[in-house]
Amino acid sequence: MNDNGKPKLAMYWCASCGGCEISVLNIHEHILDVDAVFDIVFFPCIADFKLQDVQGYPDGYIDVCLFNGAIRNSENEEMAHLLRKKSKILVAYGSCSYEGCIPALSNLTSKEATFQTVYIDNPTIDNPDGILPQTMTKVPEGELELPFFYNTVKSLDQVVEVDYYLPGCPPEPPQIWAVLEVVIAALTQGAPLPPKGSIVGAKDVAVCEECPREKHEKTIARFYRPYEINPDPDLCLLEQGIICMGIATRGGCGALCPQVGMGCRGCYGPLPGVEDQGAKMLSAIASVIDVGDVGDDEKLLEQKIEEVIATIPDPAGTFYRFSMAHSILQRTRISENGKGDSE
Amino acid sequence: MTEERIGVYVCHCGTNIAGTVDVEEVSKWAGEKLKKDGVVVSRDYKFMCSSLGQELIQADIKEKSLNRVVVAACSPHLHEKTFRTACQKADMNPYLCEMVSIREQVSWVHTDKRVATEKAKALISGGVLRVAKDEPLEAIHVPINPATLIVGAGIAGIQAALEIADSGFPVYLVERDSSIGGHMAQFDKTFPTLDCAACILTPKMVDAGDHPNITLLTLSEIEQVDGYVGNFTVTIRKGARYVKEDVCTGCGICIEKCPIKVIDTNFEAGLGYRKAIYRNFPQAIPKYPAIDTEHCTYFLHGKCKACQLFCPTQPNSIDFEQQDEVIRIEVGNIILATGYDLFNSRRIPQYGYGRLANVFTSLEFERMCNAAGPTEGRVFLRDGITQPKTVGIIHCVGSRDKHYNNYCSVICCMQSLKFAHLVKERTGAEVYEFYIDMRTAFKDYDEFYQRVLQEGVNFIRGRVAEATDAARLPGEEGKLIIQAEDTLIGKQRRIPVDMVILSAGLEPRADSEEVAKKFGISCSSNGFFIEKHPKLDPISTLTEGIFIAGACQGPKDIPASVTQGAAAAARVLGRIQSKELALEPIRASVIEERCSGCRICNDLCPFNAITFNEELNVTNINQALCQGCGTCVAACPSGAISGTQFSDEQILAQLDGILSLPINSGKVKTLESVPA
Repeated sequence: MNDNGKPKLAMYWCASCGGCEISVLNIHEHILDVDAVFDIVFFPCIADFKLQDVQGYPDGYIDVCLFNGAIRNSENEEMAHLLRKKSKILVAYGSCSYEGCIPALSNLTSKEATFQTVYIDNPTIDNPDGILPQTMTKVPEGELELPFFYNTVKSLDQVVEVDYYLPGCPPEPPQIWAVLEVVIAALTQGAPLPPKGSIVGAKDVAVCEECPREKHEKTIARFYRPYEINPDPDLCLLEQGIICMGIATRGGCGALCPQVGMGCRGCYGPLPGVEDQGAKMLSAIASVIDVGDVGDDEKLLEQKIEEVIATIPDPAGTFYRFSMAHSILQRTRISENGKGDSE
Repeated sequence: MTEERIGVYVCHCGTNIAGTVDVEEVSKWAGEKLKKDGVVVSRDYKFMCSSLGQELIQADIKEKSLNRVVVAACSPHLHEKTFRTACQKADMNPYLCEMVSIREQVSWVHTDKRVATEKAKALISGGVLRVAKDEPLEAIHVPINPATLIVGAGIAGIQAALEIADSGFPVYLVERDSSIGGHMAQFDKTFPTLDCAACILTPKMVDAGDHPNITLLTLSEIEQVDGYVGNFTVTIRKGARYVKEDVCTGCGICIEKCPIKVIDTNFEAGLGYRKAIYRNFPQAIPKYPAIDTEHCTYFLHGKCKACQLFCPTQPNSIDFEQQDEVIRIEVGNIILATGYDLFNSRRIPQYGYGRLANVFTSLEFERMCNAAGPTEGRVFLRDGITQPKTVGIIHCVGSRDKHYNNYCSVICCMQSLKFAHLVKERTGAEVYEFYIDMRTAFKDYDEFYQRVLQEGVNFIRGRVAEATDAARLPGEEGKLIIQAEDTLIGKQRRIPVDMVILSAGLEPRADSEEVAKKFGISCSSNGFFIEKHPKLDPISTLTEGIFIAGACQGPKDIPASVTQGAAAAARVLGRIQSKELALEPIRASVIEERCSGCRICNDLCPFNAITFNEELNVTNINQALCQGCGTCVAACPSGAISGTQFSDEQILAQLDGILSLPINSGKVKTLESVPA
């Protein structure tokens, strides 16, 4: 271990897609500044480090650890604890680590059901013996061990203490660089860091503030999936019936998706003070569905409401796409046969 | 932040709560188990709302330095004010006192004492966690404009207008018809005293018309209501009368000379005629006639002008060029006295109205009896010459009937008895009353029933199946036959009569929903305006500053309408006198730096308190208009609207507390068995 005196940077992935790593590399020429300032001590995606290397570091050796991915299995959890111990600043980097993201949508079902789909029912699977992952397998060379797969996907802060959160799926390069600049200034010039627990690299106001589309009072008669409609280029997408989570999502991304005609997916997570992004979005949408007026026949109203709701194919997956682990829902109950109640 | 010192007070409410909830146990539990949440004292008492109960709380606030109070008793609708005032008197901010309903939500809805006791604990635990998050608040004070708008100039509206005007405050009395007086002006006699309706009503109409403090606006409709209690701005469309009110003397020559006769379906209920320039009746207030442009030859064909030619005034009173006028007025309070519509008897085809000539509605019969009506008070069949020898009066037409209206229309029994008396008096005919139940409550009503019984009227108890002209039995030829089950003798009866009178029920105005929306109030499922409390506050609504009086709130007779008109006026006068109004500080407000300008909330406010600031790209909420309903708070997807006293923090804290009640497979465990 040759200490060159530079601050130590680590990045690690758990249940994630790898996009977060790419996003760090996507800060273009600034990556050279990162390399100039930091000594990279653990970053499996781009450099060859082993678990033993990290285990060998003294506690608090890593100055900044960008931790992406959700906690899905025992290996993820072990790494979270290890990196927490070895890092001065632990950043939940990206939506999976911050609030569960796509992996946490499996909290709507159970481990057994997930295995059934992935290893048995999937049309591209050929598994006549129905073999499922085991934590221990005996082979002639000895025993092989796989991590234990959990029922519930957790965010990083549901497992260890987190210093900062950097939202996004993935975080946007300008925001990443802005955060790194703050960290670099703190490490090299002693500038103050934001208070612990802060959400960094995002705004405190919704995406709509950055979205140039024209907004009016809203009444929505039905919803469209993106392929069903050719949206007006200047009008608020939600007003046109395209579900856009921008109203319930932290800004900072620059409203990139809505600007190109795709409704905001909600990846920057809920706004400050909001407990549950999905519930907020549902509540907002329910308030502006145009189904009739006071005094209309109740049965007819109910029927019209049903019809409008039916135009949203996957409400849980739509409204909780990124925030399931942190939501008030958390997960569905798992019944005794191991299946989620929702099935 | 000072440390929370919470007092919990559990009320027995006599046996109302203590009979189903173990109040001593609950109080002891709160004192011990909720200590960690800041509870420093917990007591139970027989009647917390008594002065002794309140003093108990006040003493604790002083001696134990409490800074928050939870009272577990009845619904906050009843005693929240009592306890908040008690806390205020002990120098605590009243909004740091929470009520937990363990009567309406617990003891009155459960029978199992163990479960009820556990539920009471859970609710109190929610109240304690919530009260810790409560913020001290100050009431909002707004000045009150002393002027009052009264919508509808029937007897209820006139009464309210006179009460307020006589006390020296300005009133705008708005009526959509061409003259005031409402339904009462159409009647001949009033039950049970048989007073002449006109004789008792017209003096009040004259007073209202002449009163220096009353601005009368007839042929007028409310277009828009803006503002809030104390400071409403109302836009009124005053329809063109085509007669100049400042010159017309009301001589009536124009009416006499007008060549066009029109069936009067409004005031004469279709039984008589009026001219194309008309006034409803000779004593109408205002006295000026109005031109009916749908029938006036000049408006239809551009010729005639007889009224203008014969008008004796200088300058001429007829003005064919007159336009509707839009008037904006500022008022502090509004009383709605919009009355009722008569049930349309054509909706019950088996009673034959509109098909069988000699079936009359109650309103037609009223006009027939009226000395100023089309028959000058004589009772004739539809031919206008024959007096009936037998008359059947059918009660509950469109009332107490699940096909039409479930409710009782209140006035029909007495009205039908009055009709029976008038028929007897004017024709000596045999009268049959078909009733379901005889409802003659209230002063001197039953005496009137006894009197009509003694006059020899026949009473048949049973719902009428049909009124028909299809004769089956001898003696039925050329008659109307009323078929009904006489439930007192258990037999079907067929009574041949010459005339049938349908005692039609009272219905909400056809546009009551629309009017309610305009004024920001609600209608009940049957369409009448909803009062704030059916027993304790029947003339207020849930919207501050909007009151209701008379039949628009539900069917009622003249004395009840007058009483409500006067009561609403008294309430308004009380407010005007206080000059200033303290409003509950429960309001929604926008945290501007969090508002993204998405405009989700912009169309939602039932009180029109939300406006959008295009320049700053943020939404604003008018604090005085806001009633704190929370619609926008729930809708705001950014959490940028905060509801005072109902913040997410408060609600979630309360839920956390309540959910500490462990429920497993539907069986309630006691809270002791669960670690805190």
